Amino acid sequence: MSLLRLSWRMLLREWRAGELYALTLALLIAVGGVTAVGFFTDRVNQALTTEASQLLAADLVLAADHEVKREFLAEAHLRGLTPVRILTFPSMVVSATGNQLAEIKAVAPGYPLRGKLRIRSGEGERVAEAIPAPGTVWLDDRLLAQLHLAVGDALELGSARLKVAAALRFEPDRGGDMFSIAPRLMMNAQDLSATALIQPGSRIHYRLLLAGRPQAIAAYRAWAVPRLARGEKLEGVSDGRPEIRSALERGGKFLNLAALTSLILAAVAIVLSARRFLERHLDGCAVMRCSGASQGQVFRLYLYQFLWLGMLASLAGCLLGYGAQWVLARQLGGLIAAGLPEPSWVPLGYGLLTGMATLLGFSLPFLQRLKRVPPLWVLRRELGGAQGHSLAGFSAGVAVLLAMLLWQAGELRLGLYVLAGLTAVVVVGLLLTHVLIRGLSPLRSRAGLVGITWRYGLSNLVRRRHASASQVVALALGLTALLLLTLVRGDLLRSWQSTLPMHAPNRFVINIQPDQVPLIRNFLAARGMASPQLFPMVRGRLMAINGREISAGDYAEERTRRLVEREFNLSWAERLQSDNQIVAGRWWETNHAGTAQWSVEEGIAKNLGIRLGDTLTYQVAGQSFSAKVTSLRKVDWDSFRVNFFVIATPVLLEAYPASYITAFYLPAGDEALLNDMVRAFPNLTVIDVAALMNQVRAMMERIASTVEFVFLFTLAAGLMALYAAIAATREERMVEAAVMRTLGASGRQLLLSQLAEFILIGLLAGVVSALAATGLGYVLATQAFHLPYHFNPWLWFIALTVGILGVTLAGWIGTRGVLHQPPLQTLGKLG
Amino acid sequence: MQASRLSRQVPVGDGVLTILHRLDLEIARGESVAILGASGSGKSTLLGLLAGLDLPSSGEVQINGKNLFTLDEDERAALRGRLIGFVFQSFQLLPALTALENVMLPLELAGSPAAREKALAVLHRVGLSERLQHYPKHLSGGEQQRVAIARAFATQPELLLADEPTGNLDSATGARIIDLLFELNREQGTTLVLVTHDAELAARCSRRLRLVDGHLAAA
Repeated sequence: MSLLRLSWRMLLREWRAGELYALTLALLIAVGGVTAVGFFTDRVNQALTTEASQLLAADLVLAADHEVKREFLAEAHLRGLTPVRILTFPSMVVSATGNQLAEIKAVAPGYPLRGKLRIRSGEGERVAEAIPAPGTVWLDDRLLAQLHLAVGDALELGSARLKVAAALRFEPDRGGDMFSIAPRLMMNAQDLSATALIQPGSRIHYRLLLAGRPQAIAAYRAWAVPRLARGEKLEGVSDGRPEIRSALERGGKFLNLAALTSLILAAVAIVLSARRFLERHLDGCAVMRCSGASQGQVFRLYLYQFLWLGMLASLAGCLLGYGAQWVLARQLGGLIAAGLPEPSWVPLGYGLLTGMATLLGFSLPFLQRLKRVPPLWVLRRELGGAQGHSLAGFSAGVAVLLAMLLWQAGELRLGLYVLAGLTAVVVVGLLLTHVLIRGLSPLRSRAGLVGITWRYGLSNLVRRRHASASQVVALALGLTALLLLTLVRGDLLRSWQSTLPMHAPNRFVINIQPDQVPLIRNFLAARGMASPQLFPMVRGRLMAINGREISAGDYAEERTRRLVEREFNLSWAERLQSDNQIVAGRWWETNHAGTAQWSVEEGIAKNLGIRLGDTLTYQVAGQSFSAKVTSLRKVDWDSFRVNFFVIATPVLLEAYPASYITAFYLPAGDEALLNDMVRAFPNLTVIDVAALMNQVRAMMERIASTVEFVFLFTLAAGLMALYAAIAATREERMVEAAVMRTLGASGRQLLLSQLAEFILIGLLAGVVSALAATGLGYVLATQAFHLPYHFNPWLWFIALTVGILGVTLAGWIGTRGVLHQPPLQTLGKLG
Repeated sequence: MQASRLSRQVPVGDGVLTILHRLDLEIARGESVAILGASGSGKSTLLGLLAGLDLPSSGEVQINGKNLFTLDEDERAALRGRLIGFVFQSFQLLPALTALENVMLPLELAGSPAAREKALAVLHRVGLSERLQHYPKHLSGGEQQRVAIARAFATQPELLLADEPTGNLDSATGARIIDLLFELNREQGTTLVLVTHDAELAARCSRRLRLVDGHLAAA
């Protein structure tokens, strides 16, 4: 009979006899967890990207300052993408009572490709099902107020006369460039020719909106990039608003962290179960060797069994994961407005690969040892059946795990942090256990100091020094993962959400003239609003750094090039804003505010290559002047407050023409105040970021809740690792207990001595895991997620409590049977 | 089978402990030999060497004219598979396999055709037809040893080595096991080498040897 068939039969026999349940369960949970996370995060990521696409109103946008070339459109059709062309331009809009400069957006049917327009016409606000009908336009509230128009009125745009059909309440792609928005008029592109506004030399922005499957979008992008000419650029989802991008990136990291941790826990459970399998099969292998099996035969027999097992358990795990992610998706309910797209098949392959690689990577060393069991083992136990005991054997497994960590994490850093943290758990765990055992072992012989049960528990710990140490490490790994996922994850999520407080400013007012500053203050104060801070703003262009002229060509990065090409919003201030933090140099409050100085935001400084002490030359209103950079600031952009890349001392900018900007929180329902403000100060521009903020906030909540769900799988994997760690020495304990019973130990003595040992192991595991979770939490918060770290004293309390109670309870449940059984039965069953 | 100048020494602390000392032994085909000796006299070591389970410090063991120790580990295993059967004091049944599967295993490993039928026949011969699907933990000690004997004889070995086969059994059960062993020995013409404390068992062998201080002497 071929060895392959024999191995299959042996697998069935082992399975029937219950030898493989633990290993299979570990593998099933591992693969199930990993694939559930994979399938689910795959779908959520797709959905989140779709949601983020709404801010572009498309998946990809080709923007140009001339008509979009035909080949770009043709290629989009060819690749099965849906294209829509829109164009925007500034123009005067004329009504019976006056005229106003507005930003005109001419759209074609199908717009927006992602997200929805909201309009109000008579019976309240609703989602628009189509674009404005030909001959009609939609105006935003600001333009309606400025022109004293109402729905149903007519207006003139160029040489066309158009009817106002609705108030435009929300456009998904409005967020783009919030400081240069004139009030909006949206029209149907069919009416463009009637306006006669499209003339050679008109300042028109053309945009080709594209939507389609992610692969097709990526392929189109790759095709288009080398074909971009001057004045053309591509905007993808990740090029959108920085708030959304950072939300997506952080969300992805949280989900990856959960997936990573379940993978490591699975590996722990597999190592422990495979080791138990080894110990239970040494005799059998020795007998087979006696009966004429070669080393190779024995090895292959078990290798094939594990291959079968790996394949079947991984497939079953994939099915479990696939089923579980549907449950997850259902649990998530309507949270994701776009609805979850179909999962891709990638996680299935990943699940299979994970299962096989983890099982083989961590069980091969044991199979190698099975192979090497000397046949003489059947006659002489003192030989030691598992020769070649070394951690080096696991290097294959660790390498596999490392590769998967890096793959799963998608980025080297997160993977390395987690791996380094867990390695530290192993090292610290082993060290601490050995130190503690050494420290405690003198107590064993001091009968007066501790009772017999504690002495016996201690002796067990000491005698099983290596087994105890690995048990502590396994338990500590499991606990660390659970702590990271419960407490640290909660802290991280809270920390993240608190970066966007409930009453963060949601309205920006720009274009305030210097003489209007006190009037605006009074206006807001009269309406019960807290006195807002008004910031002066001067437009200026960076000309030179240290006397050397700069140009866009000096910089490789697209965003930096754009920064150099456009005018900066400069400001001056005497005091440092509370959400700014000096990271280099000193703020001038304490250091000659009367001299010419710059303070630059650290991110832009890095991009532009500006260092502390450099001299920057700016041109404002045709005049150039220079000053030294005396401080670099860190700015919390997530706060939605007014902030500036470059701030000067008052003396430097005060003399130049400035307008003022302010931001405040306007509670929902108080929108009438804005209409009053625009009527009283018609030159003001009010920018509503409430919708954008709600989108960001909803996204944060969504990500937080998906992490909570994903966490359940990691929890199961963690419990499995804990169970496997306890089960590893279960039989040995049962035999010992039976022997002690035979020698006359009372049930109480037995129970207490076992509990003593479990308590010590749990205590050690708790200490190691609390240390590790604290350290890892700190590193993850500050290095990977860039969030402030808060020490959580509960972590220690919970680590020690769960460690001691969990291990003791699990151990007690596992061995309690022996206390109520005649000892010979226990011995017989195990023999 | 022939063992010549067989020595086995093991390092102990700073010295060397000699377990077997230039020992000679010749066993003819079909013979039954009992090896007696006090605990720790080296009986099991000798048995392990005779089966090629262990390597001697010096000397050789020949089976059918072939020196065991010029073969490599896998060749020795193959030779054991063809020629030698084992019965152990602690039975050494695989706990995950039923009685039938335990007996089938060496046949399956050797790629023997009709493994199941052969195993059924020999289990029937040892009187365990009613216990085929039982796991070792559900069998009594005597039954377990009968499964082990069935397993040993299933491959029809030329040489059967038994290490204290009645050591874990009460005397009545032990006696029945001895009967079975000798019946099968006779039926199959097997050469039998027993290590034992049991005088009754030793008495039924055609030759008795005592191991004292690393040397064999007739008992």
